[in-house]
Amino acid sequence: MQEQVKNEKNKVPSKTDEGDKLIQVSDLAKRFEDVQAVNGISFHVNRGELFGFLGPNGAGKTTTINMLTGLARPDSGKIRIAGLDCSANPKAAQHLIGVVPDESNLYPELSGYDNLCFCASLYGIGKKERQKRAENLLEQFGLQQAANRNFSGYSKGMKRKLTIAAGIIHQPKILFLDEPTTGIDVASARQIRQLIREMYQAGTTIFLTTHYIEEAERLCDRIAFIVNGRIVQDETVANLLQPLQELKVLLITITHDINNLSGKLAEAFPEYNFRKASRQQLRVESDQTISIGPVVRFIEEQGAEVTEARQIKPSLEEVFVEVTGIETDVMKKEKNGGQT
Amino acid sequence: MNRWIAFWNILLKDMKGYYLKPPNISWGLVFPLAWTAMFFIRSGSGLEEAIEVLPGVMAISVLFGTTSMLAVTVTFEKKNRSFERLLLAPISLEMLMISKTSGAILFGLVNAFVPVIPAAFLTDLSQVDWATVIPAVLMIAIVSTFLGLFIAVSVSEVFEAQTFSNFFRFPMIFLCGLFFPVLSLPVILQPLAFALPLTYGVDILHGAIHGQHILPLWLDFLIIAAFCLVLFYISLKNIHRKWIL
Repeated sequence: MQEQVKNEKNKVPSKTDEGDKLIQVSDLAKRFEDVQAVNGISFHVNRGELFGFLGPNGAGKTTTINMLTGLARPDSGKIRIAGLDCSANPKAAQHLIGVVPDESNLYPELSGYDNLCFCASLYGIGKKERQKRAENLLEQFGLQQAANRNFSGYSKGMKRKLTIAAGIIHQPKILFLDEPTTGIDVASARQIRQLIREMYQAGTTIFLTTHYIEEAERLCDRIAFIVNGRIVQDETVANLLQPLQELKVLLITITHDINNLSGKLAEAFPEYNFRKASRQQLRVESDQTISIGPVVRFIEEQGAEVTEARQIKPSLEEVFVEVTGIETDVMKKEKNGGQT
Repeated sequence: MNRWIAFWNILLKDMKGYYLKPPNISWGLVFPLAWTAMFFIRSGSGLEEAIEVLPGVMAISVLFGTTSMLAVTVTFEKKNRSFERLLLAPISLEMLMISKTSGAILFGLVNAFVPVIPAAFLTDLSQVDWATVIPAVLMIAIVSTFLGLFIAVSVSEVFEAQTFSNFFRFPMIFLCGLFFPVLSLPVILQPLAFALPLTYGVDILHGAIHGQHILPLWLDFLIIAAFCLVLFYISLKNIHRKWIL
């Protein structure tokens, strides 16, 4: 299924016509007291595109979403959604957008079914139609059994699924998904990713922020990296991965701290590039085939024991680390620490 | 888009979710009755004097019912971020806040008439000008609700909302003419009394129930309406400034 989606994604031509730009942002800036949260960013999202917005905590992702959806006022810059000027009137495009925030924010005292019906009513949808849509979504998201249970009694994964359902019940043209799979179990995360793919295939334009680089790589057409309020890269996933096609990467795990080892290895193997991946993990990179045996023997001659040496396929993670200078593990740890 | 569907459903959700919950219904019934009994015992007068305390009890019932509920419910929704759902809905902020406050206004109206029921059995209410009492109670409910809204958007925690409400409510009880006529207050406190919206509501009720009032009733209505507009306007400004950052 994933392969099928990727193949279909690759068939999507690059959309650059003005008319295809559903979201257009130029020189957007926002400051909170002495922190410049967003610093003059410009980007666009094409119609029907799944656009990833990646960055570490405090990079300005949520602030950007809040400005795009009308929950925050920009200090300067322009926002146009479907041609409507949302910088002048933040409410102008709210009927076109659906928002799934980073924390589930439905009403704890209402049942799943009532929450969906209520959210639909906020968009002026009549009673019969919203009941029908709520029933369909509960079925699509596998929540029929919990339809009449209060939202407060839902598990984290169920809460995320219902929050996504509430975000799309009015059938928005654009869906903002802020960290949709953070903090939930693997099975629920897989289900949610599948639902995102289905919405994308149905033609919804999706603006996705996530801490999981592999998730962005699997799902997105195009990705913008934001660091310290600035966009440092904005490119299609295919183009981002292109320079990595020839790169070979070996990951070596050893029992000792690798601090003193990198320099010696670089001297002994000048054709390879050595990088510390973690305290006991070493990354070896080269555009030639890496001979594992000599490297492992050299390390063991230095008195360290190699517990694992494996070749890995270079991914978007490499691009992210290269562009932002931030290790993805650090980003995941930050998120798990509950920071936003 | 039919915005009235959104309006009606926000109101309905609040009524079901907050105001029609058994603890709040009992609060709405017991609280005004307790106030009636307290005033009546304190006045030490006969049953025929019950009408004297009726305006004050009605006003206090509305004030406490509306401010307590609204300040807490809005603060609670803001805290758990469900209020963001409403801010994301394609309806104007004015319409959204009117729908959020309508439930509290209705709750206040019902609260106001709870003490009227025992009063009807205890004393003769034939002299009461109901055509003035009903709009007066409505205006008191609106101004008290908007005071609750003003409190709700000024704080971030539910306990702060409770504390801040009492900061306004308790001085109001003593100064707005419920216990003591405003004109018999020390001269230094009288300007303060006239700075409180409830003073004008109580003045109308005194006038409509037993014929004694300080200001012309039309002026009382006009001043309460002005308080409503100012409190609503400040609350919307505060929402824009503090919640839509």
